[in-house]
Amino acid sequence: MKSNQLALTFSSIAENVGIARLLIASVGAQLDLSLNDIEELKVAVSEAVSNAIIHGYRNDANHVVYLELEVMDDALKIVVKDEGYGISNVEQAMQPAFSTDPERMGLGFVFMQSFMDDLQVDSTIDIGTTVTMKKQLKQSSNASH
Amino acid sequence: MNLEKKIERLTLFLRLDGELDMHTSDLVRQAIDIEIEKRGIRTVILNLQNVQFIDSSGLGVILGRYKKLLSLGGKLKITNVPPNVYKIMELSGLPKIINFYDDETHAYEEGRRA
Repeated sequence: MKSNQLALTFSSIAENVGIARLLIASVGAQLDLSLNDIEELKVAVSEAVSNAIIHGYRNDANHVVYLELEVMDDALKIVVKDEGYGISNVEQAMQPAFSTDPERMGLGFVFMQSFMDDLQVDSTIDIGTTVTMKKQLKQSSNASH
Repeated sequence: MNLEKKIERLTLFLRLDGELDMHTSDLVRQAIDIEIEKRGIRTVILNLQNVQFIDSSGLGVILGRYKKLLSLGGKLKITNVPPNVYKIMELSGLPKIINFYDDETHAYEEGRRA
């Protein structure tokens, strides 16, 4: 499988969550992933980007979110980064049903965890949060192309 | 996200068309809440046939409307859920809380007979 890198930088506005999903869906389709895998990647990216906008920047539109995709030999790496408020207790934030907002289900990290093979969250108060997710890719017979 | 509203005997039929995420869930919240507050709607039938995507923001707005209606003695019913959307809903446990129906007619009839 050919290696590939893509980066998208966009304003922290809700409209852009759909654009982030379009990008991951297109890359997933290029990698011949199943529709189910692509759906799961879309949910994981949607959650990470929504978190960056809602929690990282507290819905302030005057910031940017970074989405980086890297196709490697055996895995797809997705990095979603914000330079926002940061998370004071990452472990607590990643618990199912933990949410700072009663209208939200606290499922963002749960979905990221269930749909990705690896999830890492690095956060520093007032510096920001970086979510790194990996999806293992099956070594296909056309790897030599 | 396109929303189609119809009101019949204090029941709001809401058909959603598009992707239900943090952006569009605000529109859905407003569309339902305004009918609850201004018209006294107590039953909402949410048709998801043309919803292509849902994430936790979308699930949150549905659960939020369910809780709001419940506290007012009302009901939220969901119909025509596409399989990919249902899969995400199932992971969240939503189908254990909210009643799902094959279509709007079934959702509307149930409860009227009782």
